[in-house]
Amino acid sequence: MKVMVAVKRVVDYAVKVRIKADKSGVETSNTKMSMNPFCEIAVEEALRIKEAGRASEVVVVSMGGEQCVETIRTGLAMGADRGLHVITQDSSSLFPLAVAKLLQALVSSEQPRLLLLGKQAIDDDCNQTGQMVAGLLGWPQATFASKVSISDDKESVCVEREVDGGIETIQLQLPAVVTADLRLNTPRYATLPNIMKAKKKSIQRVTPEELNVVIGSDLEVLEVTEPPKRKAGVMVASVDELLDKLKNEARVF
Amino acid sequence: IDPSQASSALVIAEHGGGSVKNGSISAVAAAAAALGDSSPVTLLVAGSGGAELDAAIQHASSAHPAVLVARSPLLGQPLAEPWAELLVQAQKKGNYSHIFAASSSFGKDVLPRAAALLGVSPITDVTRTIDQHTYIRPIYAGNAMATVRFKGSGPCIVSIRATSFPAVPGLALTGNREEIYVMSSTGAIGKSKWIGLSSQQTERPELGAAKIVISGGRGLKSAENFELLEKLADKLGAAVGASRAAVDAGFVPNDMQIGQTGKIVAPELYIAVGISGAIQHLAGIKDSKVIVAINKDRDAPIFQVADYGLAMDLFEALPELVAKVPSKRL
Repeated sequence: MKVMVAVKRVVDYAVKVRIKADKSGVETSNTKMSMNPFCEIAVEEALRIKEAGRASEVVVVSMGGEQCVETIRTGLAMGADRGLHVITQDSSSLFPLAVAKLLQALVSSEQPRLLLLGKQAIDDDCNQTGQMVAGLLGWPQATFASKVSISDDKESVCVEREVDGGIETIQLQLPAVVTADLRLNTPRYATLPNIMKAKKKSIQRVTPEELNVVIGSDLEVLEVTEPPKRKAGVMVASVDELLDKLKNEARVF
Repeated sequence: IDPSQASSALVIAEHGGGSVKNGSISAVAAAAAALGDSSPVTLLVAGSGGAELDAAIQHASSAHPAVLVARSPLLGQPLAEPWAELLVQAQKKGNYSHIFAASSSFGKDVLPRAAALLGVSPITDVTRTIDQHTYIRPIYAGNAMATVRFKGSGPCIVSIRATSFPAVPGLALTGNREEIYVMSSTGAIGKSKWIGLSSQQTERPELGAAKIVISGGRGLKSAENFELLEKLADKLGAAVGASRAAVDAGFVPNDMQIGQTGKIVAPELYIAVGISGAIQHLAGIKDSKVIVAINKDRDAPIFQVADYGLAMDLFEALPELVAKVPSKRL
């Protein structure tokens, strides 16, 4: 069976972001970009499913401008077989609903039995795309997966999910959408031989028009601003001093 | 958006053990903040039926007389497929201008699916309402705030961060209790099956609502050492949380994780013990009133956000704290 993984290029998780002076967004030029950590975990899971003999092909897909190709190549270097790039003018206008519609169109032509995504992108922190594409496809969904087990007959998948109350276990009939949480796996590093091999793997380009999807948006970002700042704190020298401050200054006791 | 359409909100009332959850009560507060007190708010209380559901309906009705009830065996578990379909049907029937829910793991799972089925983009994890269609939400782990406006046709679907909207008691609005009948196993419904939930039983307050939270990180070094935190928590009537590192290391279960992708807390007092203060952890605690950090590494980033920092070995500090801290009533 075919597994499709959707990945996103985001500002690297370790970067301390700066907000643009005109409040139009966060500074991304001259900033280190990487594959979204949750997407890496999703790619890793797809590769493990293939290595366990449950899948025959792993296709990695990303949407946006030219730089997406770098992110797709990372997926290919990890071990995915083939890439798909939906080329759009401007990545910043791609809200989750548009991505979900594009994925729906790709799924309809590629016919994977499993669509894997990261649970959220660490830039917009939306945590919506997987759920939206599952709804559009009419597929069952398992979000925040911490364990994924495809049945021997490849007709269903058992997923453990991290939820507010603990770990929930559900079973879905395939085809299905699963979104990856932090502890699903630890992604592999791309080895140098695999990075070289990846250069020869194909990345097919397609436009939203070719997929019959109109990228509109019903959302507008009016401005991006600094969060409220906390005032500077102080160091205390002992437990006694801490308790005194908490009682008499902060008045929390 | 039709400005002449009167505003009305549907709020998903999550419930457990016969009462509506605090997060959903916060969602009602958010709906009132966005729409104004005169717009009707209907609570959706659903489940498979039975005494617990009836008690939850009572609880909802006691403060919010407009309650929409749905009973179906398909709604006995928190599966996204039937619940998203329920929202679609409720929307068809009630034609609400807004749908609100708490940004709990359930809200996160269901709301976007329902939004896609209704053909709209949801706005999730909102911390402030500006007007009916304009909301503020954190991005980049809370290091930036985005002001987002919904300009679509269709309901404005919003999930809210409960810690940003303190639960206010009863907005008594006129209305009645209605029942809607739900759907058969068509489409995606029936393709998912709930198997079980493993959770720890605890007498401690819920992390999202606790007035005091004590959290441990990798510095605790073992699961057994978390007992030191628990002793302190017991004395203070506090909830216990953890950093991602502590969960990854297996010291504590996942539902204690606080951070960008775990739970968000905003207690009066947050005590971080043996936690370095990674950006992703800070995302979960920034709205705490007072932050205390205990870490033997003076250079740990946590000290940059702490109101009071104690650079001391936690294995010395904790027993001393337990001995000296005043006992609190819960």
